[in-house]
Amino acid sequence: MTDLKPRYDLAVIGAGPAGLAAATLAAKRGLSTVLLDEQAAPGGQIYRAITRSPVKNPSVLGTDYWHGADLVGPFRDSGADYLPGAAVWSVSRTLDIGLSRDGAARILPARHVILATGALERPFAVPGWTLPGVMGAGAAQILLKTSGLIASGNVVMAGSGPLLWLLAWQYLRAGARIDAILDTTPRENWRRAMPLLPAFARSGYVGKGLKLLLEVRRKVKVIGNVSALRAEGDGRVQTVVYRQGDGAEQRLPADTLLLHHGVIPNINLANAIGCAQSWDEAQRCWVPDVDGWGATSVEGVAIAGDGAGIGGALAAEHRGRLTALDALHRLGAIDRATRDRDAAPHREALDRALRGRDFLDALYRPGREFRVPADETIVCRCEEVTAGQVRDAVKLGVSGPNQTKSFLRCGMGPCQGRLCGPTVVEVIADARGVSPAEVGYYRLRPPVKPITLAELASLPKAEDEVAAVMHH
Amino acid sequence: MFQRLPDAGGERVSFTIDGRPAEALSVDSVAAALIANGVGACRTTPVSGAPRGPYCMMGVCFDCLVTIDGTGNQQGCQIRVRPGMRVETQNGKREIDR
Ligand SMILES: Cc1cc2nc3c(=O)[nH]c(=O)nc-3n(C[C@H](O)[C@@H](O)[C@H](O)COP(=O)(O)OP(=O)(O)OC[C@H]3O[C@@H](n4cnc5c(N)ncnc54)[C@H](O)[C@@H]3O)c2cc1C
Ligand code: FES
Repeated sequence: MTDLKPRYDLAVIGAGPAGLAAATLAAKRGLSTVLLDEQAAPGGQIYRAITRSPVKNPSVLGTDYWHGADLVGPFRDSGADYLPGAAVWSVSRTLDIGLSRDGAARILPARHVILATGALERPFAVPGWTLPGVMGAGAAQILLKTSGLIASGNVVMAGSGPLLWLLAWQYLRAGARIDAILDTTPRENWRRAMPLLPAFARSGYVGKGLKLLLEVRRKVKVIGNVSALRAEGDGRVQTVVYRQGDGAEQRLPADTLLLHHGVIPNINLANAIGCAQSWDEAQRCWVPDVDGWGATSVEGVAIAGDGAGIGGALAAEHRGRLTALDALHRLGAIDRATRDRDAAPHREALDRALRGRDFLDALYRPGREFRVPADETIVCRCEEVTAGQVRDAVKLGVSGPNQTKSFLRCGMGPCQGRLCGPTVVEVIADARGVSPAEVGYYRLRPPVKPITLAELASLPKAEDEVAAVMHH
Repeated sequence: MFQRLPDAGGERVSFTIDGRPAEALSVDSVAAALIANGVGACRTTPVSGAPRGPYCMMGVCFDCLVTIDGTGNQQGCQIRVRPGMRVETQNGKREIDR
């Protein structure tokens, strides 16, 4: 880490489309810029391993994937510094960034920070989802992009949403066999989505999306209206059990079960920094509050991309450029009029990229039974807490997720609520008969990534500075 | 069960899983390298002793914890496999070192 500058005008955290676009624009226009990412190579989630994927045949991952190269090239030429393998565990109010890399920690000061930390898969708590062999569809896609690995044997996919269909399509292109897709999209979603169809029909998604959907449906058995989904097995998944509507229980043999019902913003870092956040009813998740430039409630901290609400990869790119222009303005490099003028084409592109998005949100909103699981379902994987235990805690007077922490330890494990928070909030809200907005979310504290005492000890900084980063 | 695409080439890496020799690609994370070698479960939980395997592959679930070269609770999906690495699956109780 020796070739880093002691201080940067701008630090961008996350090298997906949002972070790459933001860092490229800012550096090209003269800000000393560093891009930090915990992955070993640029690309974020959608373009993961874009510079090094062992998948040689370009038609497997598709043209949307290879667009990532159009972002990495200009970034390399932009003059921005890039630090891969750097996990950011804290950003203080003074904009000192705490990060770990290769077993050593360090603190990097910046004048402005853009969080481009993206999204994660919405936790999909069904009975048996902790069995080995059950994975997120996104996880399977990571294995494909980075390692050229595909599930073999009996493969079942279950859930809802564009990413599930994309993975199925990529799997088929790669020559994989999929036994069945269990579609959990609730029938009544169509009613809610229909009024939004006209805008969607004018968006860029329709043609591509339909083609992909039809290709998958032609080749794979798709079972709709699925409910009562669970995984069973001795030591690993062996059987997937489900009902179609009110029908009888069905069983499918499975060596791998890939679950997915949408992505939600990865809010942990923003939350720990103290950025205000709100419940988004349409996307059914907590989203940091940002203005049209990505600015948060914390001075000097902006958010770009799916981390500020799910808009997809193209929107992430344009939002990255808008936050970078605002950073230039706030740091005094350009005046307001220049910022606004230069933002115009990016805003227009953003509007285009977001067109029809609310149709997808409405259509693929996960059904109640999958957001609010039955009593026996483990919701907190770390501490093995069930939905029933959370409900019992509500009966004893627990009103929000921060109290379930002390009652049940749920949310106290290493995942820091990433895999239980959304479900715990839904279960408590449902049991209390109120909106998740009223229930709130975990109050998170740095470090948001595991850091060892040895790493902390390796900090070259004075103790009080470390203290400031850890407990602001 | 996972298999490698026939045309997925790259530098090969030799390492061990619980003492047994294994092979992976140098682009693999430790979690991917285990999966490629048919090892789907990499630890048991401290609470109930239930087996777990990688769930998210992106550093959020912590179900991929393994012991690497003698150090426990390493996030297998976030660390690249290296030649000669000694990877061991983990049994339950060791507290997360943080
Ligand atoms: C597993 C997964 C797979 C996806 N695949 C696709 C796909 O194939 N096609 C598609 O259209 N959409 C996909 N998406 C949706 C995704 O959200 C895209 O819309 C897009 O990648 C968002 O871009 P972004 O720049 O906002 O964030 P991302 O692309 O998610 O990039 C965020 C980056 O931040 C890094 N990061 C996060 N936290 C930290 C930290 N604390 N310290 C250091 N680095 C950090 C991550 O490593 C990541 O590289 C996927 C989402 C997920 C979760
Ligand atoms: S597989 Fe989830 S953290 Fe590694």
